[in-house]
Amino acid sequence: MAKIYVDNIEYEVPDGKNMLEACTSLGLDLPYFCWHPKMHSVGACRQCAVMSYRDENDTRGRITMACMLDANDGTRISINAQPAKDFRAGNIESLMINHPHDCAVCDEGGECHLQDMTVMSGHNYRRYRFQKRTHNNQDLGPFINHEMNRCIQCYRCVRFYNDYAGGGDFGVFASSGRVYFGRSEEGTLESEFSGNLVEVCPTGVFTDKTLHKHYTRKWDLTSAPSICQGCSVGCNILTSERYGKLRRVMTRFNGDVNGYFLCDRGRFGYEYVNDEQRLTRAAQKDQNSGTDAFSAMKDHLASNPKLIGIGSPRASLESNFLLKQLVGADNFYNGVSAIENEVVNEVLNVLVKGNVRTPSLAEIETYDTVFVLGEDVTNTSPMIALALRQAAKNLPKEKAFALKIQHWNDAAIREVVQDEKGPFYLATPYATKLEEIATSSVHGNTKSLVQLSSKVADLISKGGDHQEDNDFAYRVANALTLSKKPLIVSGCGMMSKEIIRCAANIAGALRNAGKEVGVVFSVPEVNSLGMALLGSAGSLDDAILQTEKESGMTSIVLETDLFFRTNSQKANSFFEHSGKTILIDSLENNSTPNADFILPAGTFAESSGTMINNEGRAQRFYQVFKPNNDIKSSWAWLDMLMHQAEKERNFDAIVEEMANSVNAFQPISGLAPHADFRIGTQKIPRASHRFSGRTSMNADVNVHEPKPPVDEDSPLSFTMEGYHGKAPSSDIPFFWSPGWNSVQSINKYQIEVGGPLHGGNPGIRLIEPSESGVSSFEVNDGSADNGKIEALPSWFIFGSGELTAKSQAIMKRIEPAIISVSSATLKNSGIEGNGKITINSGEQKLTLPYKVDENVPAGVVLIPYGLADTMGITFPIYGNISMD
Amino acid sequence: MDNSNQVISEDARKEIEALFHHLPHKQAACIDALKIVQKYNRWVSDEALVELAPILEMKTHEIDSVATFYNIIFRKPVGRHVIFLCNSVSCWVMGYEAIHKAVKDHLNIDFGMTTPDDRFTFLPIPCLGTCDHAPALLVDEDLYRDLKPEQISEILAKYE
Repeated sequence: MAKIYVDNIEYEVPDGKNMLEACTSLGLDLPYFCWHPKMHSVGACRQCAVMSYRDENDTRGRITMACMLDANDGTRISINAQPAKDFRAGNIESLMINHPHDCAVCDEGGECHLQDMTVMSGHNYRRYRFQKRTHNNQDLGPFINHEMNRCIQCYRCVRFYNDYAGGGDFGVFASSGRVYFGRSEEGTLESEFSGNLVEVCPTGVFTDKTLHKHYTRKWDLTSAPSICQGCSVGCNILTSERYGKLRRVMTRFNGDVNGYFLCDRGRFGYEYVNDEQRLTRAAQKDQNSGTDAFSAMKDHLASNPKLIGIGSPRASLESNFLLKQLVGADNFYNGVSAIENEVVNEVLNVLVKGNVRTPSLAEIETYDTVFVLGEDVTNTSPMIALALRQAAKNLPKEKAFALKIQHWNDAAIREVVQDEKGPFYLATPYATKLEEIATSSVHGNTKSLVQLSSKVADLISKGGDHQEDNDFAYRVANALTLSKKPLIVSGCGMMSKEIIRCAANIAGALRNAGKEVGVVFSVPEVNSLGMALLGSAGSLDDAILQTEKESGMTSIVLETDLFFRTNSQKANSFFEHSGKTILIDSLENNSTPNADFILPAGTFAESSGTMINNEGRAQRFYQVFKPNNDIKSSWAWLDMLMHQAEKERNFDAIVEEMANSVNAFQPISGLAPHADFRIGTQKIPRASHRFSGRTSMNADVNVHEPKPPVDEDSPLSFTMEGYHGKAPSSDIPFFWSPGWNSVQSINKYQIEVGGPLHGGNPGIRLIEPSESGVSSFEVNDGSADNGKIEALPSWFIFGSGELTAKSQAIMKRIEPAIISVSSATLKNSGIEGNGKITINSGEQKLTLPYKVDENVPAGVVLIPYGLADTMGITFPIYGNISMD
Repeated sequence: MDNSNQVISEDARKEIEALFHHLPHKQAACIDALKIVQKYNRWVSDEALVELAPILEMKTHEIDSVATFYNIIFRKPVGRHVIFLCNSVSCWVMGYEAIHKAVKDHLNIDFGMTTPDDRFTFLPIPCLGTCDHAPALLVDEDLYRDLKPEQISEILAKYE
């Protein structure tokens, strides 16, 4: 701890901070632009100027940038000294010279850091009488709007996009008053993290294009804490609604998970919530809808007790649990293919039985050597890729620290590090984007990657120095053995149980060698691991076999489109052999026409629940609004069906029942405050105290102000009434603090800036390794499919996600379905010329156009996962290819 | 390989590649490479940047960052000769405005413009380092000092 003095008041602050961080953590208001808690200081914007003094006898002092000043023992500054105030006022006046007077039509208005800082610095009147410089704006694609005239040249955007996120198509041009941030030519921003520019930019240069289509000011939004459902990482998000439409998704800071950032699938993949294809009424096929349909369902269940249930990895834990209770454990099936079920169960198996810990997303950034086995994380779990990009900087940064450069001194560190990257190895079935930062990479089919990684595990177990060798396995084993903190990353992307085991074995060998090793697995969907923990009688394939064996059972299908999960032949067989089918889902899909009863399920915007991410972290998400139609949380429908009731039980009662009946879920009852939680006597409002139009916003329907909806399931209220101070960390509906209207107000919610939220970061880890855990799992590398072509899935951040792919902005980024194959493989199969090829395994057959990609290993073809033309395929396929 | 559409000629490319011998990274040749391109082409076009990127092993936007940073790397076409008139404080005190008017009237173009016959481009420059002989201007690489407005037509007549 260091003793510092700010305006002659003594404070204790942690060592190694700069004065801006220290002051901000102390709750003092000091304006800034270029500094960012995750990207640290460059001293560019000159806005955090303070007076610094040598000692208590120094009465003159000098102007210093707080972000570039060490918070050492005895550091003495003044924020309020007149020269510092004058400097800051003058500085912002200069920054504002060219800034347009367009706040009223700017999407940032009302949550603009520049507005906040201008007010804070006391710049009230514009004295500049001349013409402002103007810029041309670029079309940056479907996600981001560009308005360069608003720029104040803080450089945060390039520092995030290029330096932090590794983007390569965005830069800064020209000099002095003409500085321009954009692309070298107009076009879509290619980085998977481009959406963060919306939050990183302190003003309205980069704004959310999807929000613009149905724009609402921050203060008019009703917001709720939620969990992204785009992949298995479970990033914390804020959802915002007005007029019954989901308006946008923003980052909800969680220091253990996603911190300040989100990927573009998570941020822009929400639009399906507002889609016209939404199911909104409880319905009976060819019959009436609404209450009658639901009564008919209950009547049907009362007289047909033989049930089969299909659960879903995209449905909440509570929904799956209640379905399991309703149909009975023996009749509850996981709604994914046999192979996916097996692979996800294997992930759970190695995490539970193994002796290696799986780190949180934030912890991934702290490892120094990385080996990625089989997974295209940039496309399956993009935020893991972003964290890995930070991990690759750790060893090179040591050089800077050895030169006594402070941890926060970003520009100096980058000057030392240049383009150097830490040890980073990739062994994947195809070239992935992380190869940009890789030390070395290889591509192979499942068998060769299993053999390679088994060899790596063997070499590590044998210990000792391995000769410097060109062999990839030696180099990986050496790098991992030399590392202090190695990280093994894998996942379900290759749909191979053996790959999961191989990754676990490498990690286990490193653990035995005394390393502080971590192992990370990406799983296919938001609640895949939760489903595995809940347990089921089998996969969707098993369920289909069961209906074929015992036809006529009433099936309850929870948030599963069978045609997405399996081929149409099997899916049709399921519906033919089922008796009546009750389908609970949110969007119309290929399964809905086959259902006899439909119950409209809430998406993450209209429902609450718990999800378990790839790390085994249970996290709560809350509905943001109550729709004015039949839509309910799936668990609510199931509870009413189960109890033949008119109304569902309270959410807490269901969580309690689940925690009591499933051992692994016991901690979940303490995950977030219960519905009766009050601060004083007050609930936590989802709307800001400035929320406008409440009495008139529905006047087109009814001039009488309706009774506001009541939330019986959480401590949150749907209106502006309630406690406007800080909510418990799991229940923060939006970030705001007096004088801090922008996302930068997160500072005020943290124990220290960039650190955990007050009360601790939300979420509870359910899986921890045991010291006596297994370090080696049996691997079967023999493959019976000699001579056959292996078809593996290729993953796409935009397109491979079932629901996000139905969002308008995402749809514009989805590539056509094309098979990738190397020319050697084509030649061996006697294929020449242009056209389509067919892959045929006997059981599965698919015809698509193809492109030659020499990075694809011989004997492998890649098929895009989950696109409209490729959904329902179960990977891997072993077969042969022929010209169509 | 068909090189006919290339904007960076083979000679220019060779000259750029010759720079690499005495530099630690190819990127270090960026500024000189831009000067070479400009020497051959008079200016640096978007196409030239795209062609330079693989030669220097840089991204297009990175080269463009450098190119747009410096005001004597031209990112727009210029005439056969470029007139730089100093508009900095010493020249301004010593009669810059009259020189500016003389050039303007003589060529019928103002700052940032090129004569229709492509002969001259007229640009301001903040200092030519010759304040003791203000006002001053530069045509291509020739410096003219202690200027009087009546000299302008004679000076410009030398450049075809």
